[in-house]
Amino acid sequence: MTHRTPPTGSPGVPEAAGHLLRQMLRVRRLEEQCVELYSAARIRGFLHVYIGEEAVAAGIMSALGPEDAVVATYREHGHALLRGVPAGAILAEMYGHVQGCCRGRGGSMHLFDAATHFYGGNAIVAGGLPLAVGMALAERMAGRARVTACFFGEGAAAEGEFHESLNLAALSRLPVLFCCENNLYAMGTALARSQSQTDLALKAAAYELPAWSVDGMDALAVEESARRAVDAVRAGGGPHFLELRTYRFRAHSMFDPERYRDKAEVARWTERDPILSLRRSLEATDRFSEDDWNALDREVAAEMEAAVRFAEAGAPEPLDDLQRFVYSER
Amino acid sequence: METTYREAMRTAIREALLQDDRVFLMGEDVGAYGGCFAVSLGLFEEFGPERVRDTPLSESAFVGAGIGAALNGMRPIVEIMTVNFSLLALDQIVNNAATLLHMSGGQFNVPLVIRMTTGAGRQLGAQHSHSLEGWFAHVPGLRILTPATVEDARGMLWTALEDPDPVLIFEHGSLYNLSGELAEDAGPVDIHAAAVRREGGDVSLITYGGTLPLTLEAADRLAAEGIEAEVLDLRTLRPLDDAAILATVVKTHRAVVVDEGWRSGSLSAEISARITESAFYELDAPVARVCSAEVPIPYARDLELAALPSAERVVAAAREAVGGGG
Repeated sequence: MTHRTPPTGSPGVPEAAGHLLRQMLRVRRLEEQCVELYSAARIRGFLHVYIGEEAVAAGIMSALGPEDAVVATYREHGHALLRGVPAGAILAEMYGHVQGCCRGRGGSMHLFDAATHFYGGNAIVAGGLPLAVGMALAERMAGRARVTACFFGEGAAAEGEFHESLNLAALSRLPVLFCCENNLYAMGTALARSQSQTDLALKAAAYELPAWSVDGMDALAVEESARRAVDAVRAGGGPHFLELRTYRFRAHSMFDPERYRDKAEVARWTERDPILSLRRSLEATDRFSEDDWNALDREVAAEMEAAVRFAEAGAPEPLDDLQRFVYSER
Repeated sequence: METTYREAMRTAIREALLQDDRVFLMGEDVGAYGGCFAVSLGLFEEFGPERVRDTPLSESAFVGAGIGAALNGMRPIVEIMTVNFSLLALDQIVNNAATLLHMSGGQFNVPLVIRMTTGAGRQLGAQHSHSLEGWFAHVPGLRILTPATVEDARGMLWTALEDPDPVLIFEHGSLYNLSGELAEDAGPVDIHAAAVRREGGDVSLITYGGTLPLTLEAADRLAAEGIEAEVLDLRTLRPLDDAAILATVVKTHRAVVVDEGWRSGSLSAEISARITESAFYELDAPVARVCSAEVPIPYARDLELAALPSAERVVAAAREAVGGGG
């Protein structure tokens, strides 16, 4: 398990750290925008935001190559964004506009994008794991070397599909990176109340695959672990499992009154805000100033403003197209 | 040449494996064991463990893996041993295979074929005797095939593999030993149209899959009584061939639907509703249905037979339709 502060002093690190900081901030601002738009009733349905967990997606996406594939969950706006799906296409999707990355047919929980190999957006807990295993199987059978990264929450570890999928992947040594985002709550059920074994890496290791836990509030630690795991998977080392220990600062969804956790716990975790932590570490190196931060913040804000304008300018798909995409158009 | 339904299906799988490197067969005991119903016997030896893949007893994972492999360029044939076990993979079939194309706004299609045995009649008890193809036919995004002849056993698979979307093939367990004449050059068949298996002008017997043989037998008995029944084999349960259903009803003005599923909320209910919606004024008698009794299928031979559609019940329903009408 790696609990540590970001390494400083080596020449490459500030650049990598700067990239991670920027990526995390993009996710944070996108999610804040989503909450605002939801409150203004511009977007509807379920909305699950990733605020607090940004270091996980930022670290892992940085370790993947452009051809690698990603399977994610219903809390996936940030994953889609960092994979390269434009913020405008993500927001337009939540608006239900045809300019959205799924023409408005998926919504917040079902973002897909073929161009960036982003395979959803799966809203059934653990439902994406078998898909990722199959994508990796195809990869192996076709003799290619792409890695499939599969994100899921710790709640998935209670589902049969989790166990079936880890077993299947390990049996055939398939190129999958299992990324377990352990934010301690499956909706409102605490890990210790739902799992007899709360050490998820240990649980995964029972399937004979390399598995370890990472401080999911530390983007540099996540990236370092992810690189190690992705390199090993790509080199034919079979599936790997990372438990990313993180925390969701906001409610499960916009409908969650948060009766199941106390404010002090949230406050304790908020002190470990991954964005603030990395910003402070960078500023301590004297190679990143408050001006740099402000410039970054302005740049990201501009990106999100443009995204909102893009989404606002869109339109729903014509009703005559309702029956499209049930079967392929040939 | 004379062949069996089982051999025809095996020939189809073998041909697919030979013709397309992207095709592979995956499922429980499809390899070293030779297939629970011996459909894939010999393929493991011929094609090896990479292309004829034995899986753990993990229906959800290997069906989902089939979906993932299909998304990523392969053309998997996933065998679920029986429809009863497909319930363990419903999440993947209904929530993923059937929805991904739509949810992704047309970006990700799933060219997957899932084969499974269905049906009762072999004294296997309730948990091995379900006929749930009608359930799957409820779901938009899936295509449901029910081969009932050696030609269709031989020919539907390749066409299904060429389909860009998920196709489920239901093979009734009582059909594997069915033998029939198959042309030497038999090959792919269409998977869109229903087929008239017997012409007749007095009453339409509409069926599919495992109940086709008994329906044909019923038609022969009816002919001996002077009633000429037309037998329509639906072949594809989704999408239904509405034109063929309408055409036979317009011709005979009487319809009996034969379906091994339970009557309530069944495929037979759907057929009956469509007939009344589109051909109500063509009917000379109410649409009749011959379905399974609404019980879990019992083990005891007599009880099981009493629960299932039979030629006798079809004959009786057809007589009623003909005698009861104008």
